[in-house]
Amino acid sequence: MLEIAAELVAAMVAHARADHPDEACGVIAGPIGGDRPERFIPMVNAARSPTFYEFDSLDLLRLYRDMDDHDEEPVVIYHSHTATEAYPSRTDVSYASEPHAHYVLVSTRETGSDEGPYELRSYRIVEGQITEEEVRVVGQSSRTE
Amino acid sequence: MAIEVRIPTILRPYTGEAKTVEASGDSLTAVIDDLETRHPGLRERLLDEDGSLRRFVNIYIDDEDVRFMGGLQAPVSDGASITILPAVAGGSADLG
Repeated sequence: MLEIAAELVAAMVAHARADHPDEACGVIAGPIGGDRPERFIPMVNAARSPTFYEFDSLDLLRLYRDMDDHDEEPVVIYHSHTATEAYPSRTDVSYASEPHAHYVLVSTRETGSDEGPYELRSYRIVEGQITEEEVRVVGQSSRTE
Repeated sequence: MAIEVRIPTILRPYTGEAKTVEASGDSLTAVIDDLETRHPGLRERLLDEDGSLRRFVNIYIDDEDVRFMGGLQAPVSDGASITILPAVAGGSADLG
Protein backbone atom coordinates (compact mmCIF):
# COMPACT_ATOMS: atom_id res chain seq x y z
CA MET A 1 0.00 0.00 0.00
CA LEU A 2 1.14 3.54 -0.67
CA GLU A 3 0.18 6.02 2.01
CA ILE A 4 0.62 9.55 0.76
CA ALA A 5 -0.41 13.10 1.67
CA ALA A 6 -3.07 14.75 -0.48
CA GLU A 7 -0.72 17.65 -1.29
CA LEU A 8 1.79 15.23 -2.81
CA VAL A 9 -0.89 13.63 -4.97
CA ALA A 10 -1.97 17.10 -6.09
CA ALA A 11 1.64 18.00 -6.89
CA MET A 12 2.13 14.94 -9.11
CA VAL A 13 -1.14 15.56 -10.95
CA ALA A 14 -0.31 19.25 -11.45
CA HIS A 15 3.10 18.30 -12.87
CA ALA A 16 1.53 15.76 -15.23
CA ARG A 17 -0.98 18.34 -16.44
CA ALA A 18 1.71 21.01 -16.86
CA ASP A 19 3.90 18.76 -19.02
CA HIS A 20 1.06 17.23 -21.06
CA PRO A 21 1.32 16.06 -23.84
CA ASP A 22 4.85 15.10 -22.88
CA GLU A 23 5.32 12.59 -20.09
CA ALA A 24 6.15 14.14 -16.72
CA CYS A 25 8.44 12.40 -14.25
CA GLY A 26 9.90 12.78 -10.81
CA VAL A 27 10.55 11.38 -7.39
CA ILE A 28 9.15 11.78 -3.90
CA ALA A 29 11.97 11.17 -1.44
CA GLY A 30 11.63 10.01 2.14
CA PRO A 31 13.83 8.79 4.99
CA ILE A 32 15.69 5.58 4.17
CA GLY A 33 13.74 2.53 5.29
CA GLY A 34 10.74 4.62 6.38
CA ASP A 35 8.49 4.01 3.36
CA ARG A 36 7.06 7.53 3.85
CA PRO A 37 6.99 9.82 0.82
CA GLU A 38 7.79 13.31 2.02
CA ARG A 39 9.82 15.49 -0.32
CA PHE A 40 8.43 16.18 -3.79
CA ILE A 41 11.18 16.42 -6.42
CA PRO A 42 9.85 16.97 -9.96
CA MET A 43 12.42 16.18 -12.63
CA VAL A 44 12.92 17.29 -16.20
CA ASN A 45 12.05 14.65 -18.78
CA ALA A 46 15.22 14.76 -20.85
CA ALA A 47 13.45 12.79 -23.59
CA ARG A 48 10.68 15.43 -23.86
CA SER A 49 8.45 12.82 -25.41
CA PRO A 50 4.76 11.98 -25.25
CA THR A 51 5.66 8.32 -24.89
CA PHE A 52 9.02 8.12 -23.11
CA TYR A 53 10.73 9.65 -20.10
CA GLU A 54 14.25 9.63 -18.82
CA PHE A 55 16.09 11.65 -16.19
CA ASP A 56 19.15 13.40 -17.62
CA SER A 57 22.25 11.54 -16.39
CA LEU A 58 23.72 14.49 -14.49
CA ASP A 59 20.33 15.44 -13.00
CA LEU A 60 20.14 11.83 -11.83
CA LEU A 61 23.54 12.01 -10.14
CA ARG A 62 22.66 15.30 -8.43
CA LEU A 63 19.34 13.83 -7.29
CA TYR A 64 20.96 10.77 -5.71
CA ARG A 65 23.68 12.88 -4.05
CA ASP A 66 20.99 15.19 -2.70
CA MET A 67 18.97 12.29 -1.31
CA ASP A 68 22.14 10.81 0.14
CA ASP A 69 22.93 14.09 1.89
CA HIS A 70 19.49 13.95 3.51
CA ASP A 71 19.61 10.22 4.31
CA GLU A 72 16.73 9.70 1.90
CA GLU A 73 15.80 7.23 -0.77
CA PRO A 74 13.30 7.49 -3.64
CA VAL A 75 10.05 6.28 -2.04
CA VAL A 76 7.90 7.17 -5.04
CA ILE A 77 9.04 7.29 -8.65
CA TYR A 78 6.25 8.79 -10.71
CA HIS A 79 5.60 9.47 -14.35
CA SER A 80 2.62 10.18 -16.52
CA HIS A 81 1.10 8.49 -19.54
CA THR A 82 -0.59 11.03 -21.76
CA ALA A 83 -2.66 8.86 -24.08
CA THR A 84 -2.78 5.49 -22.39
CA GLU A 85 -3.89 4.06 -19.07
CA ALA A 86 -2.07 4.51 -15.79
CA TYR A 87 -0.60 1.02 -15.94
CA PRO A 88 3.10 0.12 -16.33
CA SER A 89 4.11 -0.65 -19.89
CA ARG A 90 6.69 -3.31 -20.81
CA THR A 91 9.14 -0.44 -21.12
CA ASP A 92 8.32 0.74 -17.61
CA VAL A 93 8.95 -2.76 -16.28
CA SER A 94 12.23 -3.20 -18.20
CA TYR A 95 13.70 -0.06 -16.75
CA ALA A 96 12.32 -0.24 -13.21
CA SER A 97 15.51 -0.36 -11.18
CA GLU A 98 14.54 0.69 -7.66
CA PRO A 99 13.20 -2.44 -5.97
CA HIS A 100 11.94 -0.59 -2.89
CA ALA A 101 10.12 2.21 -4.69
CA HIS A 102 6.42 2.69 -5.29
CA TYR A 103 5.99 3.31 -9.01
CA VAL A 104 3.14 5.78 -9.42
CA LEU A 105 1.50 6.29 -12.77
CA VAL A 106 -0.70 9.24 -13.59
CA SER A 107 -2.71 9.28 -16.80
CA THR A 108 -3.76 12.57 -18.38
CA ARG A 109 -5.42 10.89 -21.34
CA GLU A 110 -8.88 12.11 -20.42
CA THR A 111 -8.45 15.83 -19.83
CA GLY A 112 -4.84 16.63 -20.77
CA SER A 113 -3.64 19.82 -19.15
CA ASP A 114 -7.05 20.79 -17.86
CA GLU A 115 -8.73 20.17 -14.52
CA GLY A 116 -10.91 17.14 -14.50
CA PRO A 117 -10.68 13.38 -14.13
CA TYR A 118 -7.28 11.74 -14.05
CA GLU A 119 -6.05 8.29 -13.16
CA LEU A 120 -3.41 7.75 -10.47
CA ARG A 121 -2.37 4.25 -9.51
CA SER A 122 0.60 2.77 -7.70
CA TYR A 123 2.64 -0.37 -8.22
CA ARG A 124 5.60 -2.31 -6.94
CA ILE A 125 7.80 -3.53 -9.78
CA VAL A 126 10.32 -6.10 -8.60
CA GLU A 127 12.29 -8.49 -10.83
CA GLY A 128 9.94 -7.92 -13.71
CA GLN A 129 6.77 -8.47 -11.70
CA ILE A 130 4.07 -5.80 -11.37
CA THR A 131 1.96 -5.74 -8.24
CA GLU A 132 -0.69 -3.05 -8.00
CA GLU A 133 -1.28 -1.60 -4.56
CA GLU A 134 -3.84 0.55 -2.82
CA VAL A 135 -3.19 4.28 -2.66
CA ARG A 136 -4.32 5.73 0.66
CA VAL A 137 -4.51 9.51 0.47
CA VAL A 138 -4.09 11.21 3.81
CA GLY A 139 -5.34 14.63 4.79
CA GLN A 140 -7.17 17.25 2.81
CA SER A 141 -5.79 18.96 -0.22
CA SER A 142 -6.63 22.62 -0.60
CA ARG A 143 -7.36 21.87 -4.26
CA THR A 144 -10.56 20.32 -5.49
CA GLU A 145 -10.55 18.02 -8.49
CA MET B 1 45.34 1.99 -6.57
CA ALA B 2 42.33 2.39 -4.38
CA ILE B 3 39.17 3.36 -6.21
CA GLU B 4 35.87 3.61 -4.41
CA VAL B 5 32.88 2.29 -6.36
CA ARG B 6 29.38 3.22 -5.19
CA ILE B 7 26.86 0.48 -5.93
CA PRO B 8 23.13 1.12 -6.50
CA THR B 9 20.54 -0.85 -4.52
CA ILE B 10 19.65 -3.12 -7.41
CA LEU B 11 23.24 -4.35 -7.80
CA ARG B 12 24.00 -4.88 -4.10
CA PRO B 13 23.14 -8.58 -4.23
CA TYR B 14 26.43 -8.91 -6.14
CA THR B 15 28.41 -7.17 -3.41
CA GLY B 16 26.95 -8.84 -0.33
CA GLU B 17 24.74 -5.77 0.09
CA ALA B 18 27.72 -3.43 0.33
CA LYS B 19 26.95 0.12 -0.82
CA THR B 20 30.55 0.82 -1.71
CA VAL B 21 33.37 -1.52 -2.68
CA GLU B 22 37.00 -0.98 -3.59
CA ALA B 23 38.55 -1.69 -6.93
CA SER B 24 41.67 -0.99 -8.93
CA GLY B 25 42.40 -0.27 -12.56
CA ASP B 26 43.52 2.63 -14.72
CA SER B 27 40.55 2.60 -17.07
CA LEU B 28 36.86 1.93 -16.60
CA THR B 29 37.14 -1.37 -18.43
CA ALA B 30 39.98 -2.45 -16.14
CA VAL B 31 37.96 -1.48 -13.07
CA ILE B 32 34.94 -3.46 -14.29
CA ASP B 33 37.12 -6.53 -14.91
CA ASP B 34 38.59 -6.12 -11.45
CA LEU B 35 35.15 -5.86 -9.85
CA GLU B 36 34.06 -9.01 -11.67
CA THR B 37 36.81 -11.06 -10.01
CA ARG B 38 35.30 -10.40 -6.57
CA HIS B 39 31.66 -9.87 -7.55
CA PRO B 40 30.88 -12.34 -10.31
CA GLY B 41 27.92 -11.44 -12.46
CA LEU B 42 28.33 -7.69 -11.96
CA ARG B 43 29.95 -7.14 -15.33
CA GLU B 44 26.99 -8.61 -17.21
CA ARG B 45 24.73 -6.03 -15.53
CA LEU B 46 26.96 -3.22 -16.78
CA LEU B 47 27.94 -4.41 -20.25
CA ASP B 48 25.85 -5.93 -23.02
CA GLU B 49 26.68 -8.96 -25.21
CA ASP B 50 28.92 -6.82 -27.42
CA GLY B 51 30.90 -5.70 -24.39
CA SER B 52 29.55 -2.14 -24.63
CA LEU B 53 28.24 -0.11 -21.74
CA ARG B 54 24.51 -0.74 -21.34
CA ARG B 55 22.44 2.19 -22.54
CA PHE B 56 20.42 2.50 -19.36
CA VAL B 57 23.24 2.17 -16.85
CA ASN B 58 24.96 5.43 -15.96
CA ILE B 59 28.54 5.39 -14.70
CA TYR B 60 30.29 8.47 -13.39
CA ILE B 61 33.97 8.99 -12.58
CA ASP B 62 34.37 11.82 -10.08
CA ASP B 63 30.91 13.11 -11.00
CA GLU B 64 31.44 13.11 -14.76
CA ASP B 65 29.38 10.84 -16.99
CA VAL B 66 31.81 8.39 -18.61
CA ARG B 67 29.96 8.79 -21.91
CA PHE B 68 31.68 12.17 -22.18
CA MET B 69 35.06 10.74 -21.18
CA GLY B 70 35.55 7.95 -23.68
CA GLY B 71 33.16 5.39 -22.24
CA LEU B 72 34.87 2.15 -21.33
CA GLN B 73 38.27 3.66 -22.17
CA ALA B 74 37.75 6.51 -19.71
CA PRO B 75 40.89 6.88 -17.61
CA VAL B 76 40.62 6.31 -13.89
CA SER B 77 43.14 7.85 -11.52
CA ASP B 78 44.18 6.68 -8.11
CA GLY B 79 41.72 7.80 -5.46
CA ALA B 80 38.91 8.35 -7.97
CA SER B 81 35.32 7.74 -6.98
CA ILE B 82 33.07 5.85 -9.38
CA THR B 83 29.28 5.88 -9.05
CA ILE B 84 26.93 3.48 -10.83
CA LEU B 85 23.28 4.50 -11.20
CA PRO B 86 20.67 2.73 -13.31
CA ALA B 87 18.78 5.18 -15.49
CA VAL B 88 15.36 6.25 -14.29
CA ALA B 89 13.34 5.87 -17.47
CA GLY B 90 10.26 4.34 -18.99
CA GLY B 91 7.06 5.42 -20.68
CA SER B 92 4.17 4.17 -22.67
CA ALA B 93 6.27 3.56 -25.81
CA ASP B 94 6.79 -0.15 -26.38
CA LEU B 95 10.59 -0.33 -26.52
CA GLY B 96 10.70 -3.76 -24.90
